[in-house]
Amino acid sequence: MPLPKLAVAYLPLILVGATAITLMLGIAWRRQHHVTVAVSVMGLGLALAAQIMAWRVVPLTTPLLAFDGPAMLGGILVLASTLACAVLAHAYFETFQNAREEFYLLLLCSAAGGLVLVASRHLASLFLGLELLSMPLYGMLAYAFHERRSLEAGIKYLILSAAASAFLLFGMALLYAQTGELELSALMASMVRGSGAWGLAGAGLMLAGLGFKLSVVPFHLWTPDVYEGGPGPAATFLATASKVAVFILMLRLVLSAPAFQGEWLHAVLWVLALASMLVGNLLALTQSNLKRLLGYSSIAHFGYMLLVLVVADGLAAETGGVYLITYVPATLAAFGVVILVSSATEGRDAGALHYYRGLFWRRPYLTAVMTIAMLSLAGIPATAGFIGKFYLIALGVEAHQWWLVVGIIAGSAISLYYYLRVIVTLFLAEPGMYRRDASPDWAARAAGLVVLGAAVLVIMLGLYPAPMIALAHAAGGVIAP
Amino acid sequence: MILVWLIVIPFVGGLLCWQAERLGGRATRLIALATMLCELLIAFGLWLQLDFALPASGGTQWAVEYRVPWIERFGIDFHLALDGLSLILIALTGFLGVLAVLCSWREIVRRIGFFHLNLLWILGGVVGVFLAMDLFLFFFFWELMLVPMYFLIALWGHSGSKGSTRIGAAIKFFIYTQASGLLMLVAILGLVFAHHGNTGEYSFSYAVLKETTLSPTLAFWLMLGFFVAFAVKLPVIPLHGWLPNAHAQAPTAGSVDLAGILLKTAAYGMLRFALPLFPEASQAFAPFAMALGLVGIFYGAVLACGQQDIKRFVAYTSIAHMGFVLIGIYAGTELALQGVVVLMVAHAFSAAGLFILSGQLYERLHTRQINEMGGLWGRLGSMPGIYLFLIAASLGMPTTANFVGEFMVLFGTFAIAPWVVALASVGLVLAAVYSLMLMQRVHYGPPQSDTPLKGLDTREFCMLLGLVALILWVGLYPQPLLDTSSAAMQDIHRLFDAQSSPLPEAR
Repeated sequence: MPLPKLAVAYLPLILVGATAITLMLGIAWRRQHHVTVAVSVMGLGLALAAQIMAWRVVPLTTPLLAFDGPAMLGGILVLASTLACAVLAHAYFETFQNAREEFYLLLLCSAAGGLVLVASRHLASLFLGLELLSMPLYGMLAYAFHERRSLEAGIKYLILSAAASAFLLFGMALLYAQTGELELSALMASMVRGSGAWGLAGAGLMLAGLGFKLSVVPFHLWTPDVYEGGPGPAATFLATASKVAVFILMLRLVLSAPAFQGEWLHAVLWVLALASMLVGNLLALTQSNLKRLLGYSSIAHFGYMLLVLVVADGLAAETGGVYLITYVPATLAAFGVVILVSSATEGRDAGALHYYRGLFWRRPYLTAVMTIAMLSLAGIPATAGFIGKFYLIALGVEAHQWWLVVGIIAGSAISLYYYLRVIVTLFLAEPGMYRRDASPDWAARAAGLVVLGAAVLVIMLGLYPAPMIALAHAAGGVIAP
Repeated sequence: MILVWLIVIPFVGGLLCWQAERLGGRATRLIALATMLCELLIAFGLWLQLDFALPASGGTQWAVEYRVPWIERFGIDFHLALDGLSLILIALTGFLGVLAVLCSWREIVRRIGFFHLNLLWILGGVVGVFLAMDLFLFFFFWELMLVPMYFLIALWGHSGSKGSTRIGAAIKFFIYTQASGLLMLVAILGLVFAHHGNTGEYSFSYAVLKETTLSPTLAFWLMLGFFVAFAVKLPVIPLHGWLPNAHAQAPTAGSVDLAGILLKTAAYGMLRFALPLFPEASQAFAPFAMALGLVGIFYGAVLACGQQDIKRFVAYTSIAHMGFVLIGIYAGTELALQGVVVLMVAHAFSAAGLFILSGQLYERLHTRQINEMGGLWGRLGSMPGIYLFLIAASLGMPTTANFVGEFMVLFGTFAIAPWVVALASVGLVLAAVYSLMLMQRVHYGPPQSDTPLKGLDTREFCMLLGLVALILWVGLYPQPLLDTSSAAMQDIHRLFDAQSSPLPEAR
């Protein structure tokens, strides 16, 4: 294998790691919030550019990592959302009293984990990537540790995530005991030949572990609390980069070995998908906290996305890519608004919906961003979310998965209720209430630009989705063995 | 390109209105008015310029067409096309748009810019629906017009009496239409994949999908998907739950748009898509559809009698009138289909007029409860006279447009389903009963007080007089309207009739 090609493929990971080390040394020398942010943004930007360059060398495999279409797409999404999180964190920690710089260090480590995870083709790299992704998140979620809820979120995620990791490891051990393989494709191949009871149990345990990270029903219980309690940027990272990375991994798993789609795994995924769509949406109905609501909505969205794993054929890879591309900017925009509104004042995040009452009459453009994000999550035309939903329904119809299509329609109808409730709250006027507000010059700041950019992207992808489709099509077309 | 302008103008006008709010309310309203007048004039200009006769064989059925590729992966085009039916409905949209702007001149005093943004965007979406000839694009506009309508009801609506809030009504409206819309999306995709299975190509083009061969079962289910989406919007009886609330809680301009145009998108959808795409299945389904139409006529009439709120009253009469439309559409004879077009136009005029009058009564009396009115005849100047005329139009009095429409629908249906016509005629009697009852209870009887109320001012008078004149014109001389739509209707009739023709070689 020619070394330069490999170097190109590894470059994003190397850049992220190097940035993390630079930051660590820099913080040890002198604390400078702005400089820290500038360095991490620059590092992530370079890594993103390198990731796009790396598309030229696919597919490329090493014993541990596979640089193929899904890995490239996943890498781009992970890096882009990390970049957005870093910029949003800059606004968020403006008024923060304690040390601020380590957050970016954790963020970069987590992003590196995400990059490893999306490209892993070996149980060892899978576990390494997943833990590298999750471990810094404990710190990020509990970063505002003087807030009780933030600490609670961190500890909750720590305990449950550790339990999920234990499941995952146990599952891996069982699979290894059954098959004697650690490489995913070889593992899949021997599973297809005959899995046996231990192999099935191992696969089931692994599914539980991964399902926890994706927060699909019934492994979703941590989601709303952690979303609500964690600091805005950490929750944003959790909702976007972390989930995207895990989903891409699962996508590669089911796509690389279609024969693995045996009866039982198929059935289990089917049930998980339907349960997540319905439970996520139903539980979101009564939420009066925006961050919790987004947590439940993300459960529902990943429920929809499980349809891709159930079908795992035809349009599936493309659909998965498109849905992820449409999900990320909308989620970034929604969380970005929450962060901007929270950032101007100290204390807990402005999660409660009543803070947003009448936001339109004070901050019309910020409200437009939130409205676009909500409409996109609800899948209304002229936003990217509609293209995602269109793809999902097309996939379901093509594969004759009628019940899941019905689930998506029912879920969408239910979800409209709470998305619309958020939207209408933004436009109502109720004078004399205690309000929190974004700083007046939010749009001129970097975080404001990121949020506006995400909203513009949502609209552009909704009106002219051809480039996004081409990207997802290309990503789905190159899958390494 | 002119077709693109028809869609772009309302959207751009809406944005201008939003920004013009800082110049004051008057500027905003004038911009909105100019936008809609521009739309109306373009439609009128097209009507004068174009020839809507059926083309010679081999030509396209469209008078104007615009097409650029949009999402090539699935063969989706940005394809707009205009024929007589679309043009009539677009002109109607422009006209009612003007009325909607005018009738909210005094009613809406807060957040004027954003209000007109929503108002114009609804109309832009509706024009898109009437022009789209690509099923994806059609669905796109179909859903797009819901969002501003939702805002219009939720933000500027009136909260009703018994705990029914405007936000509740708006959400109900949105969920009903969106969920049924997704069923249509599933049906569209089912059709596309069936076509893909036959030919190996993706296409969302109307003309291409019309030629798809389907198994009867599949065709039936797909047709049902379309039908449900349109039935919710029309509305057809079991699916009408959103309509009375949405009307009662919407601001006047919202009701005018809702009754005048949004309901017509459903009838248009049936005429343009449900029937031509699935002629066999629709033919088989026709008895059920007509039965549903009959139920609608009676249900709407009976419930209208019991309403206390004048806007809910008009809402229920709309259900009854749409029953006639449904019967006419599924009768499928050329006469009935032409009657449907006239009836749609007539209902748009009369319902819009009644909603505008309801809004004006509300501005003066600050109530919409019928039992708080009575004896208004002497107190309101010329308004009760116009009310009487519009009520007469709504009950289908000869010389009004509604009479022409209903008569043609019933006449055209008689050959196909005489019993349906016999029963529907009873509905006409009921229409007379509820209409006169309303007139009696609102304008006659003992007055609540003797103080005269403010009469109509010039703006209100011109709006209503325009409506009266148009109703009379279509009622007395409907030929220009019929000429414009006849080619499009003949086309649908031919498709529909080919299925029921006893002679196979006649196909």
